Amino acid sequence: MDILASLGDGFGIALTWQNLALALLGCFLGTIMGALPGLGPSNGVAILIPLAFTMGLGATPSLILLTSVYYGAMYGGRISSILLNIPGDEPAMMTCLDGHPMAKKGMAGEALSLSGVASFVGAFIATWGLILLAPQLVKIALLFGPAEYFALFALAFMTLGGVSSTNQAKSAFAAALGLGLATIGVDTQTGVPRFTFGEVHLYDGLDFLVAIVGLFALSEVFIFLENRHGGNADGSKLKIGKLYPPMSMLKACTPTMLRTSVLGFVAGVLPGAGASLGSFISYSMEKRLVDKEKTFGTGDPRGVAAPEAGNNAAAGGALVPMLALGVPGSGTTAVLLAVLLSLNITPGPLLFSQNPDVVWGLIAALFIANFMLLAMNIPMVGLFTRILMVPSRVLMPIVAMVSFVGIYGISGSSFDLLVMIGFGVMGWVLRKLDVPLVPIILGTLLGNSMENNLRRAVTIDNGNWLTLFDSPLSLGLWAIAIVGFVLPLFFGRKVKASMHERRDEEGSISD
Amino acid sequence: MSDRIFGVVGILLAIAFAVSALAIEESFLSDAVGPKAFPLIIAAVLGLSSAAIALRPDPEPQWPALGRLVEVGAAVVVMILYAELLPVAGFVIATAFAATYLAWRLGSGLLGSLATGVGTSLGIYVIFHLVLGLSLARGPLGF
Repeated sequence: MDILASLGDGFGIALTWQNLALALLGCFLGTIMGALPGLGPSNGVAILIPLAFTMGLGATPSLILLTSVYYGAMYGGRISSILLNIPGDEPAMMTCLDGHPMAKKGMAGEALSLSGVASFVGAFIATWGLILLAPQLVKIALLFGPAEYFALFALAFMTLGGVSSTNQAKSAFAAALGLGLATIGVDTQTGVPRFTFGEVHLYDGLDFLVAIVGLFALSEVFIFLENRHGGNADGSKLKIGKLYPPMSMLKACTPTMLRTSVLGFVAGVLPGAGASLGSFISYSMEKRLVDKEKTFGTGDPRGVAAPEAGNNAAAGGALVPMLALGVPGSGTTAVLLAVLLSLNITPGPLLFSQNPDVVWGLIAALFIANFMLLAMNIPMVGLFTRILMVPSRVLMPIVAMVSFVGIYGISGSSFDLLVMIGFGVMGWVLRKLDVPLVPIILGTLLGNSMENNLRRAVTIDNGNWLTLFDSPLSLGLWAIAIVGFVLPLFFGRKVKASMHERRDEEGSISD
Repeated sequence: MSDRIFGVVGILLAIAFAVSALAIEESFLSDAVGPKAFPLIIAAVLGLSSAAIALRPDPEPQWPALGRLVEVGAAVVVMILYAELLPVAGFVIATAFAATYLAWRLGSGLLGSLATGVGTSLGIYVIFHLVLGLSLARGPLGF
């Protein structure tokens, strides 16, 4: 009953005109960003962060705006997958497999509305999962000391490495690079400057927002420039037709949606997995389970419902570790963590006891946003398909300029803009080399608290480093971390190879 | 080959990182671990993973042709100029130029690029500055 009472309070917070308007704005922008190839949830949220700061929003309203964008992007990705066979963002890549064949058969409208319903079911179930699971996780997290937190951070990096790249060494490189970048600046414990090379601007450390916008948004601009894909989608394919799925189709897909919602949620909660993996395993499992007549891949409605329910559920699931432990499981939740940290709110167990208004207001807003998205995505889907026609030669300059404005608006210094350009170039080169960017972001975000926990743990035990492996809890975390890193070395290659096979050049930032 | 070069660069980076970590001046008031230990651990991970990348390279990525590389390089130069000239020229003018350039390089026609550039600049100015009140760089003309 506790939970329902808190949820009620949450609705009290979320149901103000301002918050409703923000949720609506976020849903709308999110759907657009998801639908446009080249803008995914992580860079979409990244370029909107400055907007939230500019508007002078508090923690709850900013989070409502940005998580609405996140949920919206999960909805929007399917639109271009189905109509154009180009995933609008990475989690939507599996939707191409059956969505586009359906559209070719003249059932684009049915595919869009069915996937809209599936997205709704996935997100709805996942939000309930978040409500039920996060407080339990908080109870465990309250037992954590510094040594356990250090192990938890290590676990996050190692399992992220296991899933996010085809090459473990490159994930480890990315994580180390991010952590190394985080050590730049004045050491928080002793006050000595580190790696600043006498540059005053670096004493504060690198602003992770600058790194995020550079790595995600600007590198995308460079990728487009390199390929000179300035055109727009072929408009003749965008015929939609009937907008409501027949009841029989919905009925046939209901078991699929329910199963994949649960599966996607679990995949989302796992550290390092995120929505792309959620949609991938949802589709694969459904294919094994119900595809008796081998119709998957030829426009089977269940093949549209499965990945869409899966990726939306995973998006909700990925919020669980971010809110309860302060360790994000995916690229977009890492960006959301950056928002929280910039607002001086530390997620983790204390968030639930000290800022319950933030947590429950956010959860209530997720429910509201989900209904808004359902309403927006079925009757109004035609509007979004028209936005798909904006050519990237117009879109990309806007993305670049909004990134610059946002960062300049936060700091007002040209130095930060130069750092951002540097990160953009770095992101472009690393993406060419197939180095995942998410561990870099995670490293710059978590680096300081990882180091602080390490030093606290060792200092408490009078300089004994073995204290890191002292308690059963930390040993357990280390064991999971090692398994999570080693296991994909043996089994992961195949899964990842087939997952990355469908990935396109643009918009290939993992979520 | 790319991965081998990348790995070697990574190892050099790790060594440089470790060397500058060792050069950190310790303050007389230090905790049991000190400011050097964590960076040294990071340098070790960085070095080991770079070595692994160099020893077991992935298939060669697709590098763009020289012309395209110049394209990206030119865009970087334009962005750097933008960052430097923003406080001098003012937001609206600088942004209009940079956005026009990007639109042109992404394949817009002359008029189209100009329209995109000016439109982006004015649009951002109206939304972010006039409506939302974000302080943008002020040029000599006051905008």
